[in-house]
Amino acid sequence: MELRKRRELIGRVFEGIALTATTIGLVALTLLLLDVARRGLGVLSWSFFVNYPSRFPEQAGIRSALLGTLWVISLTALFSVPLGIAAAIYLEEYAPRNRLTRLIELNINNLAGVPSIIYGLLGLELFVRGMRLERSILAGALTLSLLILPILITASREALRAVPMSLREAGFALGATRWQVVRHQVLPVAFPGILTGIILSLSRAIGETAPLITIGALTFIAFDPRGPLDKFTVLPIQIFNWVSRPQEGFHRLAAGAILVLLVVLLSMNAFAIYLRNRLQRRYQW
Amino acid sequence: MEEIILEAQNLTVYYDGRPAIEEVNLRIPRRRITAIIGPSGCGKSTLLRCFNRMNDLIPSARVEGKVLFEGVNIYTPDVDVVEVRRRIGMVFQKPNPFPKSIYENVAFGPRIHGVRDRRKLDEIVERCLRAAALWDEVKDKLHQNALTLSGGQQQRLCIARALATEPEVLLMDEPASSLDPIATMKIEDLMRELTREYTIVIVTHNMQQAARVSDYTVFMLAGEERVGRLIEFGPTQQIFTRPRDRRTEDYITGRFG
Repeated sequence: MELRKRRELIGRVFEGIALTATTIGLVALTLLLLDVARRGLGVLSWSFFVNYPSRFPEQAGIRSALLGTLWVISLTALFSVPLGIAAAIYLEEYAPRNRLTRLIELNINNLAGVPSIIYGLLGLELFVRGMRLERSILAGALTLSLLILPILITASREALRAVPMSLREAGFALGATRWQVVRHQVLPVAFPGILTGIILSLSRAIGETAPLITIGALTFIAFDPRGPLDKFTVLPIQIFNWVSRPQEGFHRLAAGAILVLLVVLLSMNAFAIYLRNRLQRRYQW
Repeated sequence: MEEIILEAQNLTVYYDGRPAIEEVNLRIPRRRITAIIGPSGCGKSTLLRCFNRMNDLIPSARVEGKVLFEGVNIYTPDVDVVEVRRRIGMVFQKPNPFPKSIYENVAFGPRIHGVRDRRKLDEIVERCLRAAALWDEVKDKLHQNALTLSGGQQQRLCIARALATEPEVLLMDEPASSLDPIATMKIEDLMRELTREYTIVIVTHNMQQAARVSDYTVFMLAGEERVGRLIEFGPTQQIFTRPRDRRTEDYITGRFG
């Protein structure tokens, strides 16, 4: 009798601890969002989106930063998505299972954990100086591509690995070549998972500041970037810049820009979840 | 004397350097059902998968000896494995339809082998679904996802899919083991029907099934060292009534296994 009471008590205590932990996380997040919204909602207006940054807080906007972010993310996606998926397909479907493959796999996993500023230094040396791309959108996109490739490859490989072996066997038994099996049977089934990986890694890239600052992305851009070789800034850098100013007006602008960035990020994640659910229903086992 | 379509000569398969089956010699007659029986781990599936080179997919597997298909060794380097698998189809233990429409499941084989014409594909799909005794059940929902079918229907769809590449041989790896008795009966009736045109090699756990459907039976057994060997091969009637080998008799009378 005593024992049972004790066990129930332990159970309830643990439940309480878990609940508290969850609450702390949620409360912190809510407070953060409320604080940003309270300070930033006021600055959200049409002119906030169409104005360039300015010395005067009331005239400043995120136009160049938003455009820069769109440019950088589009190019990053263009470079990293085909490379990431192709690398994942090679490692999962083609590569022989030997020590070299295992070494490559291990290193890709390690690369996913390298601090992003290191990628900035690499980008600075390789793209900005080595390839003489200067502080361009292209250099930024290439740097971010390197940064998210390991994440993308790992996520795509997991999606490919989740495709049942029996499906591949069915294809091979019909006389399909490896490419036909990958193209017609494996990829369609793995696609929702790969897509989630793509969007999550792009969300990571969209919030990155350090590597772009390292390669020298300017913080004051009062023109529209027109091509991949133009100088640029992005939302996180603009936010960083505004936060570091003493005037209260700029802090409100930073809060507004954070809201915009959050909305962009959350809609990307929501889109990923929506697509995954939609596509997964078609392939229910 | 029966006409021989497939022949294994001194066939040995190694996994990671350890033999799984050893020195198997076997002649499979055309347009007959040959059943491979034996306890778990005796190498039945391994032997079956030699006949369409599915063991190629297992990196650690190595095959020695010959498999002659219509007199040609399918393990020589200049043989096109894609063509081998087109002509020797396979049905697996667990129904594994593609998560696509019923139509697309059957059309996939002909498509990858170059059939583009829509009318021709329609024709193949209908013929194969009829041959697999599934047409009447699915003719109104050809574009529905194959995964909505019952297990037995899925397995017959897999048979239809295998027939669509116009194979001469069908390899079946315990095709009814995940099905209920009624679905099993349908598959068995279908197999009898198919022997008019096709040669069937079936691996089965179920001795009654082997006795019911097959013309010839192969009995395999792995000894203490767990290497599968062919113990006895002969007409099913004879294997089940007057086996020559003591071990065959022990197995079919249920003394072990």
